[in-house]
Amino acid sequence: MNIKIAVIQFPAANCDLDAIHVLNNVINVQADLVWHNHFKESNYDAVVLPGGFSFGDYLRAGIIAAHSPAIDEAKIMLKDGRPVIGICNGFQILTEAQFLPGALLRNESLKFSCKWVNLKVENNKTACTNKMNVGDVLAFPIAHGEGRYYTDNLKELEDNNQIVFRYSTENGQLTQESNPNGSLDNIAGICNSEFVNCIGLMPHPERASEAILSPKGTDHGKLFFESIVEFIKRRVS
Amino acid sequence: MQANFIVEIIMTNKEMARDPVGATIKRDLLAKKGYDMISNVRSGQYLRIHISAENEENAKEIIEDMCNKLRIFNPVTQNLTILRVSKS
Repeated sequence: MNIKIAVIQFPAANCDLDAIHVLNNVINVQADLVWHNHFKESNYDAVVLPGGFSFGDYLRAGIIAAHSPAIDEAKIMLKDGRPVIGICNGFQILTEAQFLPGALLRNESLKFSCKWVNLKVENNKTACTNKMNVGDVLAFPIAHGEGRYYTDNLKELEDNNQIVFRYSTENGQLTQESNPNGSLDNIAGICNSEFVNCIGLMPHPERASEAILSPKGTDHGKLFFESIVEFIKRRVS
Repeated sequence: MQANFIVEIIMTNKEMARDPVGATIKRDLLAKKGYDMISNVRSGQYLRIHISAENEENAKEIIEDMCNKLRIFNPVTQNLTILRVSKS
């Protein structure tokens, strides 16, 4: 099966080439960098909205990109169950486009935060976590100024098992100290409830997929991208 | 007959969403400089929009509709207030 994944390039994206590199050279699947106005969903099995910025993040991070034609195309994929993945700015776009509930607010510290964090896997049934176990603790870096997840309906997220990742200690404990931005309930990533094919997260798996890049020598990000490939294979088989 | 108006809007975080900008201004500036009488500060965003419309009411309606349709404010976390409509 010839899997093709699109990585959407918005003006000011800066993690787009990292995502392309990991997909092409670490996971060995075909990934194309696609300008946001040129994206056609029919050519692809999955789409990644990468990190960085978009349109200067004016008004609110992700809101202008959320009105891009690429998002109309991605919506078709969302509805038919193909993976739609948002990393960092991509997560902000997915909440602004209402693919995912809630919002990403300014970090509680009011500072841009760039460091390695620990993530506890809370749901391993999704398009990005099916190669992981619930309770696994992953090392991913964060790099954001507006990553404080907020929702006015936490109970619904919990009831629908939509919380995918939480910030934790190395041992998987959910503490205030391990929460880098003040996110509600340490939430770092969530998914949709219908097909678990849409995932948004603030940390960067594409920067954590090769041991040489990790201070701990880990490559946990690989599991994230390998899960996407596995999800696509299961979906079509 | 169209006329030109200016519509000013502000968007503020809802009370239940913490506002670290407002909290920092109050805690680290105002309180430290002796303004103990200030009990709360909330920050927000301000937009000043020039628009051609039939009248003030019509200008306000168009802006309200636009803000809702395009999510100029995020209804999950923010409130929208139309501050005023004036002739430009």
